[in-house]
Amino acid sequence: METAFKVKNLKAYYGPKEALKDVSFDILKKTVTAIIGPSGCGKSTFIRCLNRMNDLVLGFNVKGEILYDGKNIYSKDIDVIDIRRQIGMVFQKPNPFPKSIYENVVYGLRIQGINRKETLDNVVEESLRKAAIWEEVKDRLHTSALQLSGGQQQRLCIARAIATEPEVILFDEPCSALDPIATAKIEDLITALKQEYTVVIVTHNMQQAARVSEYTGFFMMGELVEFDATQKIFTTPSNKMTEDYITGRFG
Amino acid sequence: MNRKLYNKFLDKSFTILGLVATLIGLVVLSALLIDVFTDGMGRLSWQFLMSYPSRRPEEAGILSAWVGTVWVMILTGLIAFPIGVMAGIYLEEYEKKTWFSNIIEINIANLAGVPSIIYGLLGLGLFVRVLALERSVLSGAATLAILVLPIIILSTREALRAVPFSIREASYALGATRWQTIRSQVLPAAMPGVLTGAILAMSRAIGETAPLITIGALTYVAFLPTSPISSEFPYISFQGIFDAFTVLPIQIFNWVSRPQKGFFTDAAAGIIVLLMITFIMNGIAVWLRYRYQKKIRW
Ligand SMILES: Nc1ncnc2c1ncn2[C@@H]1O[C@H](COP(=O)(O)OP(=O)(O)O)[C@@H](O)[C@H]1O
Ligand SMILES: [Mg+2]
Repeated sequence: METAFKVKNLKAYYGPKEALKDVSFDILKKTVTAIIGPSGCGKSTFIRCLNRMNDLVLGFNVKGEILYDGKNIYSKDIDVIDIRRQIGMVFQKPNPFPKSIYENVVYGLRIQGINRKETLDNVVEESLRKAAIWEEVKDRLHTSALQLSGGQQQRLCIARAIATEPEVILFDEPCSALDPIATAKIEDLITALKQEYTVVIVTHNMQQAARVSEYTGFFMMGELVEFDATQKIFTTPSNKMTEDYITGRFG
Repeated sequence: MNRKLYNKFLDKSFTILGLVATLIGLVVLSALLIDVFTDGMGRLSWQFLMSYPSRRPEEAGILSAWVGTVWVMILTGLIAFPIGVMAGIYLEEYEKKTWFSNIIEINIANLAGVPSIIYGLLGLGLFVRVLALERSVLSGAATLAILVLPIIILSTREALRAVPFSIREASYALGATRWQTIRSQVLPAAMPGVLTGAILAMSRAIGETAPLITIGALTYVAFLPTSPISSEFPYISFQGIFDAFTVLPIQIFNWVSRPQKGFFTDAAAGIIVLLMITFIMNGIAVWLRYRYQKKIRW
């Protein structure tokens, strides 16, 4: 299978503090890759490197390389705007814009200068369908997104990310603010999305990683302890620390 | 007394104290209002609104004063709002934190507390003399604009800061630039707060007398600034902003300093008009706020 990201000796710093220590592994296209590990181990830091969201943090620095389609996304001649258009992101807490459902979905297009009503209408329906929320909101597209439930808001955020036709979607603990039923819906959705997209999901919920992902990376204290097929990680991990973590002996 | 009773007693006492404090404010304010209204209400008439000042109190009116106030307020808003909001955006969203930026920030916060007469002196030196704008509407408005700029800047920054970071993140993650993020997400979400600040600023400006007297606004004006609309080509005229002017507070101040009882009544009536203009301004502001809030639908 083709490689989407080739992470090479990635180190990340918040000021002098080292948050990632020499991480290297490959993320394959059109698969779901889970990132697990105890809180504070650098999962968010890592996933935010993949679309350069960390650029927003003052004093943040990386060393090493992340090759996406063969190009280092941290090299000087790369436009971060292009990177983020190709690599969408869904956050821990649903963060819809305080606007209508419709405007939430089309925002990514509008900022690219796409304003034709027909195009936008089509994108809205298609994206909301893919995010499995169309049926619930099709009659109130022009009401506020903030009136939706948490689970609906998160699916709207997924639709919003899909609307710009990215190749990759990053999820940073997308279910941690949701109830079990909403969580199940998002998990089904993620499983369906890998037909078309490369998915990377951070989760502190190991069952979730086991359910949705094909590959899993286990992080601890800024280091990638083990990376392998999910099945292997959860049945016969090669590292003692991984085993301790997945059997719940710490974390 | 046992602890529980004591706490209950404290709780009750504080409620009563708070109520008394609130009432003192209300009572004083209503007493003032009632006093002004009983003194001035009888003098309010179409004639009063449509007459120029006069030596005879019963013929004097506030036409030049209220028209001047409207002119100065509109111009002050047009100058102060865009500059203040842009400065607020720059300081909050773009500025890099350096020792220099810290100095700027401390200074802006302090400027909000500088006595208004100082701004009058600045206006006199800069606008009236150096820029040779004379004692014009523009000089007055520019002076008041500088006076209220810190208020607008500070409230804009506060409003921007209140917009959750998650909204910005969502925008950046979709490939928006910083300006797109500010323009399409942050600013609309902050707009109610920004507008409230602007209204506060304008309410401050409308009552200012000292800086305008300092720049030499006239106290006796028997003409109006040139009308912005004319029947002849090109139909629009900006000549008015270069004309001399007076404003309501100056006219009122002028009247209360006269010995005749009749001018005292005129002053009270003028205060009522000033209050009404302030009231209308606040009404518009509340309405704008409400409209924006509906559009934002948090
Ligand atoms: N903005 C930041 N500034 C400074 N340190 C940070 C920042 N964000 C995260 N960190 C630190 O980096 C480490 C990794 O954090 P994070 O990637 O958020 O962990 P996780 O998502 O696995 O819980 C933690 O020690 C955290 O305190
Ligand atoms: Mg995290």
